Amino acid sequence: MPTPSRYWREIPQRYRLEAEKCRGCGRILFPPRLVCPECGRQEFEPTKLAESGALLTYTIIRVAPAGFEDQSPYAVGIAEMDDGVRLTAQVVDCDFSRLQVGLRVKLEFRKMHEDGEAGVIHYGYKFVPE
Amino acid sequence: MRDVAVIGVGMTKWGELWEKSLRSIFVESALLAIQDAGVEKIDSMVVGCMSSGLFIGQEHLASLLSDSLARNPVPATRVESACSSGGLALRQGFIEVASGLSDVVLVGGVEKMTDVTGSEATYALGTAADQEYEGYHGLTFPGLYAMMAVAHMNRYGTTRDQLSMVAVKNHDNGSKNPLAQFPSRISVEAVNNSVQVADPLRILDCSPITDGAAAVILCPADMAAKMKKPVIRITGTGHASDTIALSSRKDITWLESTALAARKALAMAGRKIEDIHLFEVHDCFTIAEIMITEALGLAERGRGGRAVEEGLTSIKGKHPVNPSGGLKAKGHPVGATGVAQAVEVVKQLRGEAGDRQIKGARCGLTQNMGGTGGSALVHVFERE
Repeated sequence: MPTPSRYWREIPQRYRLEAEKCRGCGRILFPPRLVCPECGRQEFEPTKLAESGALLTYTIIRVAPAGFEDQSPYAVGIAEMDDGVRLTAQVVDCDFSRLQVGLRVKLEFRKMHEDGEAGVIHYGYKFVPE
Repeated sequence: MRDVAVIGVGMTKWGELWEKSLRSIFVESALLAIQDAGVEKIDSMVVGCMSSGLFIGQEHLASLLSDSLARNPVPATRVESACSSGGLALRQGFIEVASGLSDVVLVGGVEKMTDVTGSEATYALGTAADQEYEGYHGLTFPGLYAMMAVAHMNRYGTTRDQLSMVAVKNHDNGSKNPLAQFPSRISVEAVNNSVQVADPLRILDCSPITDGAAAVILCPADMAAKMKKPVIRITGTGHASDTIALSSRKDITWLESTALAARKALAMAGRKIEDIHLFEVHDCFTIAEIMITEALGLAERGRGGRAVEEGLTSIKGKHPVNPSGGLKAKGHPVGATGVAQAVEVVKQLRGEAGDRQIKGARCGLTQNMGGTGGSALVHVFERE
């Protein structure tokens, strides 16, 4: 089981959707990086990730990895957010028959999974249909 | 740089080998390769293995395996690049011989995947994805390739039946490979109706969980020329990386690392794709082979599904892909796959491939990739 520090240091992204905007080319980076993959600049200003976007693709996971067995089947998708960032997350509160490329989604703060009885409860963002 | 040849190949039957340990699986294949090469002494060994740590709780693998093979104190190196660990081991062995640093190098690949439960194996394989931004959300490898499939089907009209045809073709080929894990023929209907794993992928779209190893012996081509067997040279090697998070790709329906690695390997060999007589490629999922045929330039972008439907990639087609049965039928012990591809190509070029022999094959290509294409290795082999 990982120590809580691994989750703690990711709280700015998972809880508050903190992103960065490159001072060179203006690209929004989420998660933040130390070097912009577009222009190579290393200076950024803080910004917040756009909370709405549209699905580029999706799947329904029916055979889950360790830690997610009790959630299956569940949908996961990649959406392009309105600021151009592409993001992977579960798609919830959505009947599987509604899933399609182009579906408008927004981000909501949800429980992800638990490490076990004495472990950390993980939270983060999931997509829900707009 | 010196020219490099393959003088020995070794591989044993793959499958769920509950009675065998990782070290015994590796040693069996390595001994076959040494015997095939007819060499007494090896100067160095390189082993590809993705995750002995998660699968059997064992690291420090290279020295363990040189010890098990009773070859201490030869320098032993383990390399890791997810499911392309074997292809990367081959490239590192090539570099070692080409540079003049070593003469005879054993290149091996191994994975022991059935000592853990299915969900633990799914987790271990999942570590080849971005753990913080893909794995955290419950994504699996079938899930990632399923998302590539949905995007490809949506953009290009690739069909469910075309995905199934990849599996049917590779099992047809694999039925002629006695070392394959699943040497059984299947039908499109059987694939279409098999258990769902990650929509639209079903269990028969997926390569299996496999225990297995493979090994080859490399040496300078002028040394190989003095031996009895046909000389098979490695004339091109290409390697490229890409983002490991699928969401970071500019185009999730395109395998840029494979396209780049192939371009480099073919340029080094001075060959065009039309010069190649057979291809062993990384069909970890049916959609992967469709996208690989496009990235290699065997089919136009978006037409990989039609290529399999029209028989272009069948064993008697214009561009035979995966005559061994591929990962799909032969099995996919992840670290061993890239080396096993080389074993098949060498057997084909020597004319030793039995019922699945492609007549007159003199030039073959292997394509091995890690994750969803975060790494790719391409090698070109030619018979002199």
